[in-house]
Amino acid sequence: MADLTLIDALRAVANGSVDADVGPRPSDVTVHLGRTGDLPAAVAVLIGPHSMALATVVATDETAMPDGDLKVRYVFESTVPGAPDQFVTLLISVDAVHPEVPSLTTMVPAANWHEREMQDLFGIVPVGHPDPRPLVVHDGWPQGVFPLRKAFDGSRRVPVEPAEEFPHLIAEGEGVFEIPVGPIHAGIIEPGHFRFTSVGETVLHLDARLFYTHRGLEKRMEGLSPLDAFYVAERICGVCSVAHGLGYCEALEQIASVDAPPRARLIRSIALELERLYNHIGDVGNVCAGASFHYGSATGMRLKERLQQMNERLAGNRFLRGLVVPGGVRLDLSDDLLAVLAATLKDTLAGLNGLMRHIETNPSVVDRLDDTGVLQHQVAVDLAVAGVAARASGVDRDARRDHPHGAFASPEPPALHVVTVSEGDAMARMTVRALEARESIRLVGEFVRRLKPGPLQVALAEPLPGGRIGIATIESARGEAVHWLRTDAGGRVDRYHLRSPSYHNWPAVALAAESAIVPDFPLVNKSFELCYSCTDR
Amino acid sequence: MLRVIMNALRTGVVTTRYPAELSVPPDRFRGAPVLRPGSSLPPPAVCPAGALSERHDAGRRRHVALDLARCVFCGRCAEDPWSGAVAMGRDFELAARCRDDLRIEVAADDVTVPAAGPAPDADVEAARASSEIHRVLGRSLHLRHLDAGSCNACDWELTALLNPVYDVRRLGIDFVASPRHADGVVVTGPVTRNLETAVRRTVEAIPDPRVVIAVGACAASGGIVGEGYASAGGVDRVLPVDVYIPGCPPRPEAIIFGILVAVGRLDARRPPREG
Repeated sequence: MADLTLIDALRAVANGSVDADVGPRPSDVTVHLGRTGDLPAAVAVLIGPHSMALATVVATDETAMPDGDLKVRYVFESTVPGAPDQFVTLLISVDAVHPEVPSLTTMVPAANWHEREMQDLFGIVPVGHPDPRPLVVHDGWPQGVFPLRKAFDGSRRVPVEPAEEFPHLIAEGEGVFEIPVGPIHAGIIEPGHFRFTSVGETVLHLDARLFYTHRGLEKRMEGLSPLDAFYVAERICGVCSVAHGLGYCEALEQIASVDAPPRARLIRSIALELERLYNHIGDVGNVCAGASFHYGSATGMRLKERLQQMNERLAGNRFLRGLVVPGGVRLDLSDDLLAVLAATLKDTLAGLNGLMRHIETNPSVVDRLDDTGVLQHQVAVDLAVAGVAARASGVDRDARRDHPHGAFASPEPPALHVVTVSEGDAMARMTVRALEARESIRLVGEFVRRLKPGPLQVALAEPLPGGRIGIATIESARGEAVHWLRTDAGGRVDRYHLRSPSYHNWPAVALAAESAIVPDFPLVNKSFELCYSCTDR
Repeated sequence: MLRVIMNALRTGVVTTRYPAELSVPPDRFRGAPVLRPGSSLPPPAVCPAGALSERHDAGRRRHVALDLARCVFCGRCAEDPWSGAVAMGRDFELAARCRDDLRIEVAADDVTVPAAGPAPDADVEAARASSEIHRVLGRSLHLRHLDAGSCNACDWELTALLNPVYDVRRLGIDFVASPRHADGVVVTGPVTRNLETAVRRTVEAIPDPRVVIAVGACAASGGIVGEGYASAGGVDRVLPVDVYIPGCPPRPEAIIFGILVAVGRLDARRPPREG
């Protein structure tokens, strides 16, 4: 059970009632604050003396329940390396007629988008938010319509209405001008709008407008059988298919109180590392493209293609879809396929080492990357930045170690070398990717050695237990993703929420770009390599 | 520099010869599901994307239909207890000019495969459009990519078309930066509400005649996303579509096939039908 000191400290700062419970997992704590006004003081206790960071914020519409309220859960996690795998949830009830909560954004910058999203989708107003512009809904979205409220029928289109220009910060002065870019870009990339305010080539300010690919997937999953909703979760993002599929499955397996068999856990972790590998190697190639080093970009693409062709042999899909399923894995790895895997990874390692040598000894590439798009350590901490971007700015966080999942959650997990460097520039992010790719190759070898014959799946009986919450955290190629799933009384999906790593990292890209010149933005952006689709959902 | 050139020479040619040579996907590849007429065909609820439907004809025979445009190729309908009735085939060259060509229907207790193809008028229209595009554009095609809310899997497969293995420029196909320079557009994603305006404007900016190619299940039909408050449920809800490429995502060669169908260099897939 959680430290009593934490709960005592929360009691000491609160004027209203403070009820503490174990959950969602046995190692977690949920603290129900009787008064919403106590929230800032309680959060100050968590982020201050207890060194915690915001992991996710989940709003739910519980107006059909006896107390008839909306609820907001602020989920925190420790940032101390080696701290126990624990989530602390602060739970507040919000009146559905006058839904207001105190904004945390000035105290916890990472809460910024969470609060704006909750305002758009639930109509919960973060009072005192410094930037309460709409985030998720664009283009003349009707006033007072909140799609994630239960009373809203999400199955019908809401017509697009003519809208005013995107509201953004306007700077004035001699030589200040604006460069609008996107949402449709001059390449095969995902849609987002970037509004640069610049003087000459120097970026003064960058305002990014995302959520163009908001598909309403969380609403889409509500009311489905959790076994059907899995196929939606696996398709939230292409290049995070394994990570998001696995996160959903682990949350669901908690609800069902089942454990995937050991062989399945190993195969899941192999898949997760293979996903990281093709992403990281592809991203190294893409950074070369951003730095106009075409041999590097062609080599990156070729190595990535080889890995994706192997994925298709292993899983029947080049993005490894259809391998992980609720309860375990759907396909086994035969000796023949393991031989293919070993040979491919051997060649990939040689190819990657050669590519990195060419990059590191090429002054024109190194010069573009060094000191470009610097993300300061403190900014990374304040924004709860995840994954490669965090570790390249000296933040020692990796969910494989901090929230063990897959084979890392087995009794004697393999050692994981968490790579960190401190420079925080584009070169640092590329270096971390290359080192992590090598670590992934090593880990796959380790997982394969541990494979023993055994079952691949446990059955999940329908209906699943009702009214339960599962929370799972996965280190995807982009960083830590937090999945929150709850079943309704009938065991169907009541609410699912994904906080992807990109969700916390996008605001950091805008800040890192402000240290660069406009022509370097594509390079800065590629060095972060974030997903739009798992941010927008 | 010399070392870079030496390495490039040592790597040799890695480019595929598809479509001049056949491409055989690996054993586990999940292509078009093959429905075997018989009594144990799965109920529609098995499909998470809503690609399966059923009806009973006048003779009370059950018919099960599969919409390849919606299919996400997850393989669930081919798992037990339906593995005898449905098998995941390896056919990936599925692009069609007509949405109806992607519908396969079988009777649950009979071996007949009823015609589900388009009306003859649609055939004539498709042939006319194809020959017009062929006449104006020749054999080369410059395309603009348009992400209409995809999960990025289809986008990455379009990127793969430019890698040294698929290198579609060898076929006269290229991706251009501006819609003004394009002969057509490849659209991925179900057309989200937030992108609907941008999608319309981009396509309107492409000079006529233009081809619109819907890549992947979401673009072709809404796929797993379907229609909702934030999604139109497929490109043809917003714009006329010339070619549909099923897949979740379609493998790069399936996209090449579809693009070549769009310019009339290959024949579209036709559904099997009664003699």
